[in-house]
Amino acid sequence: MTATEPEAEVVADGVPVTIDGVEILANKGELLIAAAERHGVYIPRFCYHPRMKPVGMCRMCLVEVDTGRGPGLQPSCMLPVSDGMTVLTESDVTKKAQDGVLEFLLINHPLDCPVCDKGGECPLQDQTMAFGPGESRFVEEKRHFKKPIPISDIVYLDRERCILCDRCTRFASEVAGDPLIHFQARGNQTEVNTFPDEPFSSYFSGNTVQICPVGALTAKPYRFKARPWDLSEIASTATLDAVGSRITVQSSRNQVLRYLGVDSDPVNWGWLSDKERFSFEAWNSDARLTQPLLRGDSLGNPTDEGDQLVAGSWALALTKVAEALDGVEPERIAVFGGARMTNEGQYAWAKLIKSVLRTDNVDAQLGDGAGGKALLSLPRTTIDAACTPGGTVVVLGADPKETHGSLFLRLRHAAENDGASIIEIAPRSSGLAPYATSSLYPVPGELDQLVDALGDPFGDAAGVDGDDIAAVSERLRNEESFTVVVGSGSLGDSPAVIERAVLRMAALFPNASFLPALHRGNVMGALDMGLAPGLLPGRQAVGPEAPGTWANTPAMEGLDTTAMLHLAEEGGIDVAILLGCDPLTDFPDAGLAERGFNKVSHLVAVDSLLNFTSTGADIVFPAAASATEVDGTFTNIEGRLSPISRKVTPPGTARADWMIAVEIAAQLGVDLGFIDIDELWADLAAASPLHSGVALGDVMAADTDGVLLTGTSIDSVEPPAVDVPNSSDLRLVVTRKMYDEGTILTHCPSLNQLAAGASASVNPTHFSALGFSEGDEVKVTSQSGSVTVPVISDPGVPAGAVAIEFNQPNASAASLLDSARTVTTVSLERVS
Amino acid sequence: MSTGEYVPHAPGYVDSPGTKMVTSRFGYEDSYTLERSLATGGYEGLKAALAQAPDACHGITRDATVLGRGGAGFPAGIKWGFCPAEVWPRYLVVNGDESEPGTYKDRLLMERDPHQLIEGCLIACYAIGLSQCFLYVRGEMAIAQQRLADALNEAYEAGYIGKNILGTDFSVDIILHWGAGAYIVGEETALIESLEGNRGMPRLKPPFFPAAVGLYGQPTIVNNVETLANLPWLMVNGADAYKEHGSETSPGTRMFAVSGHVKRPGVYEVEQGITTYEDLIYGDDYCQGIRDGHELKMFIPGGGSAPWLFPEHVSLPLEARPVGAAGTMLGSGAIVIMDDSTDAVKACLRVVRFFARESCGKCAPCREGTSWEEKILQRILDGNGRPEDIDLLLDVADNISPGPYPVASDESQGLEAVPFPPRQTTICPLGPSSVAPITSAIRRFRHEFDAKISGVPVEVGS
Repeated sequence: MTATEPEAEVVADGVPVTIDGVEILANKGELLIAAAERHGVYIPRFCYHPRMKPVGMCRMCLVEVDTGRGPGLQPSCMLPVSDGMTVLTESDVTKKAQDGVLEFLLINHPLDCPVCDKGGECPLQDQTMAFGPGESRFVEEKRHFKKPIPISDIVYLDRERCILCDRCTRFASEVAGDPLIHFQARGNQTEVNTFPDEPFSSYFSGNTVQICPVGALTAKPYRFKARPWDLSEIASTATLDAVGSRITVQSSRNQVLRYLGVDSDPVNWGWLSDKERFSFEAWNSDARLTQPLLRGDSLGNPTDEGDQLVAGSWALALTKVAEALDGVEPERIAVFGGARMTNEGQYAWAKLIKSVLRTDNVDAQLGDGAGGKALLSLPRTTIDAACTPGGTVVVLGADPKETHGSLFLRLRHAAENDGASIIEIAPRSSGLAPYATSSLYPVPGELDQLVDALGDPFGDAAGVDGDDIAAVSERLRNEESFTVVVGSGSLGDSPAVIERAVLRMAALFPNASFLPALHRGNVMGALDMGLAPGLLPGRQAVGPEAPGTWANTPAMEGLDTTAMLHLAEEGGIDVAILLGCDPLTDFPDAGLAERGFNKVSHLVAVDSLLNFTSTGADIVFPAAASATEVDGTFTNIEGRLSPISRKVTPPGTARADWMIAVEIAAQLGVDLGFIDIDELWADLAAASPLHSGVALGDVMAADTDGVLLTGTSIDSVEPPAVDVPNSSDLRLVVTRKMYDEGTILTHCPSLNQLAAGASASVNPTHFSALGFSEGDEVKVTSQSGSVTVPVISDPGVPAGAVAIEFNQPNASAASLLDSARTVTTVSLERVS
Repeated sequence: MSTGEYVPHAPGYVDSPGTKMVTSRFGYEDSYTLERSLATGGYEGLKAALAQAPDACHGITRDATVLGRGGAGFPAGIKWGFCPAEVWPRYLVVNGDESEPGTYKDRLLMERDPHQLIEGCLIACYAIGLSQCFLYVRGEMAIAQQRLADALNEAYEAGYIGKNILGTDFSVDIILHWGAGAYIVGEETALIESLEGNRGMPRLKPPFFPAAVGLYGQPTIVNNVETLANLPWLMVNGADAYKEHGSETSPGTRMFAVSGHVKRPGVYEVEQGITTYEDLIYGDDYCQGIRDGHELKMFIPGGGSAPWLFPEHVSLPLEARPVGAAGTMLGSGAIVIMDDSTDAVKACLRVVRFFARESCGKCAPCREGTSWEEKILQRILDGNGRPEDIDLLLDVADNISPGPYPVASDESQGLEAVPFPPRQTTICPLGPSSVAPITSAIRRFRHEFDAKISGVPVEVGS
């Protein structure tokens, strides 16, 4: 699809084209409008968008073109360059046509620019100034529609302002695959609208607002909040999911008001999920932590026995932390989380934890997916390589549509437009199922068995038909190379299942390379910085030799979240530290988390917002939001470093995570060795061979491609043993949805009502065998607990399984789970 | 079920002398039944075709120079040749979305003789090896729909459609599709979009030349109903017999739908090229002249999209090329006669309004421009015109169709004809079509516009 590639490489056999008398060399197959733009000639346009198929709808880009048959007006967005083409973009004929089109677009446009959010950054306004006639000849009454109508929970549509460029509608059907808005009616009454009773409830609806060339589409979080000329902006990286989508952060009066997607060719192509785009609302929340909190009494005085959290000073909080940590054995300290911090925060904390506190009990993943050491041992790849035209992508236990929105859009594009084949191997059908060439849904707990079978097909395995396995196996063996997007698998399975599956995949298929699609923003940064058991910065294993300026390393390999909680349950943890996480709701075994944290003597939290777990903390440090309030860097799923930029000041006395680590270390009498992030990077470069060649300035100044880190010094990891489940009871599948009850989402007013709620989905054969009918409520009971949810028949759930969504408002699937088991078995009982 | 009696004047159709290639059964009350069709030579063309190699049938069509009857007048045999070899599947799409103002010939062909159309479809599919045929019928044509559906059922049952037609290796299915009532779907790429289940909006050519990239991205031949209806006669009688009719450049007969201020409006099958507008309008066998007491003022020579002609042009032959050179088009063969009682501004508004309402909404110049034209004309007609409105109208028109617009000569003012077709800032010709009545009316009857604007009434007939 050269037509959609705005930055196609210049090839040797270029096509000579003369534009306004100047000969340029265009790329073969390139559209005239793009070729002209690359050579400094801007042809006005509204409907043309380089990431979507051209439609030639607005007619603004008409230019006089002569291909040897005499000059004629042609839409440059639909016209591929041809040898010897002569183009006049400024001729009288061209100008007259462009003036005419602008006048047509304006005659029914309300010209309410003074009250329009788009005013000041409006392509229609700008091009009217640059190319249009000075005044209107239209004296008739303009077209009228009801002023803005909501077309979804987030997006409003003003049909009077709409110029029918087909961008939003094309995005919805072509890019997002949610064709929920379309043209309706005819002629001058043509309008964009949704179908009756079907709102534009797309995970990606915010992109339509960004690409709307007029003020017809507006998003709730930004409506009437600012004028473009009052905004200042800075290039940054979106931190909510791990794709590392490039964004521009815009603020006014020290408040972030908008994220805009930036077209980064190797990463997000300008697109963002709505969750990512509007997540800044959480950082503007009144609930933000502005000062340290300590245990205190009802009068607000700090006392160790206090039954509530009260405001305290930094000095007191630091003293209390030092007291809590004083004399504690390293193996009796546990640290949870860290994936929401910048790389710098993660490095400072890794150094504090591993070199100063000398414990290796730290886990940023919270039981989500294969272990960090296993993932870092894999050959990695890039999103571009995964999306190679004609390539093959195995989506292993991942649902990018729910968890990695812009990665989903890239994969979908590859499958729909570039002939890539997607092979879905998932606990239940994912958002990529409609685009997959093969879909294998193994029964819960046997994903790794299925991978074994792919290496050596012998017949049916893991509940999947043997012929399907053999076909996929042959296909993968015959590929020169392919990509595996590996996710968290089912949260109902033990993480060992997905870990064994991915390690077996790597062992069986030397032609595979991997893209780890883990949950939580900078989780790959956390692994690269060593916030995982057994790891040191730069993808190194814990060993006797301390890296760089580090004084020590942990004496022995530590525990992951599950093991730390089991130890805590037995009274083996004295101090637990939460780094921006909420294990009580977010760890897939709620019972274990609760029992574990009940036995911890001192709980310390570092966070921007209080959550269910940190409400019970003894000491809470207010952290600056890593998304918009600190300078630093981000590491995405590819290992690509990109800048995070401070746009606004943190509220109150909240400080960057790395500063809090430095302060605690100082309180413990240790100098971490840096007092600003330049020094921190020097320290990092000395400790991490991976980062030693990269200067912070290079990352901060990097263009939208960022800096890609490759290589690993983790040797191959032995696949863990997995008990093969042999129960014939119904097994539980638990997967994440884009909208849930996560801490950040619940603080976003525009997003916190969007979680659809959990339901129990069962295969249609079971659905009828169990005698359910649509709309029934069922009680799902496991050994750990029970929840009551609606039951749904879903052919995308394997027979013998029940699928429930994680962390939804009506049910906490975590309360059903038992992390000690390979799978959780449940029974279903109708309650209505 | 019926008397089977041949009556000379079936509804909408006027029996006239001369060879009938496509209307031979129109006079029978039961003309649409398989029984009547078989009794009057139906499916003989198919049998003749199947007795020959497909290439030979294609050759006959090419040799006979069967011109497309949809409006553009492109030779069907040559169009068929654009279908790339060895690409499967490939489709035949029958354009039965006849909606051009004034045109109702295809409706009669579908209502009065559906088997003849089906036979034509089968011959075309055989000749160029098409995998499947889609019959797209305009949404409003309920009777045509019903009769085609019945005819298809009858023909399937009798073994004319489906697997191993008439015992040969040739198999093809015909699928009937009912449109939703959009004029624009008569444009072939919009028709394909509609057939695919999308909103009917034209595609840009290139890359979407249907013969190469058509329905579902496959090679697709889009033919008009009347074009295909010619094939049975052609296969039975051969190319030489076909060329004995009509002129050398436009052989065969053609159906013309005449409406308006003539004594006997209706559809006539006449030999094209050798018959003139004068013959048709004034001939005793045809329309028998303008209604009593009136004179011809102007006429639309080929559907609402065609620039108007005037009394001095009636000697033009009914043939695409000379009519095009005269600044208009033969188009779909719809002739609208307007006598001296007609208000030129009102007539102009009426045609413009049609295009404004039927614009698909895709291209800005057409979507916005046609309704702007309509509003200006309505304002002039309502007595609220301004002197500058005439130039404004012409300039708005120029922004939809830039440069000199095709228009007939006007000897009284010493103006030369501008030949067809117009240029356009839009994807399809719908927008530019709205310009035809404006330029035609203003060029000839500017005084009528001036009078409405100045408020001084002008006598327009009685």
